[in-house]
Amino acid sequence: MSNSLLHPSPPPYSDREQHSVANHLGMWTFLATEILFFGGLFACYSVYRWFSPEAFAVGSAHLEFWIGTVNTGVLLTSSLSMAFADLVVKTNSRRAVQWCLIATWLLGALFVALKFYEYYLVTREHHVPGAHFHFEGAYAPQVELFMFLYFAMTGLHAAHMLFGLGAIAWLLRLNYRGRLSAEHDAPVAMVALYWHYVDCVWLFLYPLLYLAR
Amino acid sequence: MTASHPTAKVLLANYAALMVLLGATALASHAPLGVWRTPISLLIAAVKMALVFLFFMQLWYRRGLIRIFAAAGFFWLSIIGVLTFCDYLTRGWSP
Repeated sequence: MSNSLLHPSPPPYSDREQHSVANHLGMWTFLATEILFFGGLFACYSVYRWFSPEAFAVGSAHLEFWIGTVNTGVLLTSSLSMAFADLVVKTNSRRAVQWCLIATWLLGALFVALKFYEYYLVTREHHVPGAHFHFEGAYAPQVELFMFLYFAMTGLHAAHMLFGLGAIAWLLRLNYRGRLSAEHDAPVAMVALYWHYVDCVWLFLYPLLYLAR
Repeated sequence: MTASHPTAKVLLANYAALMVLLGATALASHAPLGVWRTPISLLIAAVKMALVFLFFMQLWYRRGLIRIFAAAGFFWLSIIGVLTFCDYLTRGWSP
């Protein structure tokens, strides 16, 4: 209580606790819309997989299992460093916040780099849906559909990752200017929620796209 | 007052559990599970997501209202799923 009196929140909030709850509520509302944003693609995937499970198994087997698995580990690790950034900002340790954010950014960038490397491999094999799609074997039209969903889902996810990398760069700038502290930790907490959410989307993309054999 | 934030120990334990589950998914995908392969991999993904939601996203430490908002997204997602499949699975039914 004394803490909130020492650091009153701006109107309309009566104290920091209420301010923090409002921040979380707003962010979760946004994340609920994001769940539906990806939800349409997940529903689309479910319908087409229901009708051609064999083709999806063939398409999935042509993706790089190791890239999907390593990238899942990379994202989970980046979530850990992001959670630590949110923890150490409450101790007013600018240097610790800086290192946690840099680690998160580098892991996120590694994820995107591996993703784009896989896009390159897929392109080289002419598995990009469209006029130049070429696939030897059965179910070629349905495999093309699988590859379309692969690009739509991972592409939307990668766009979210790039936005997250921008948000972390913004946090690094705030931290560098001394604008983050135990009293002003909301930017870190909100970006962390977003980052973990994007991680969760991938937790489902991994089994659906890479392990559908 | 109860803790409002996970400790470093909780975060590390959560991360360890997530990595073990990742190993389990990767191994299970090569096991002869037949039709159970996809349900098992999705179940593990759901457990992983629950761990991320509860401890990294701190729902464990939040009050009811925020948990309801977090659940609302999944409620609407279930409507997308149910109505979509109500359509596609019944198209072959003769009148």
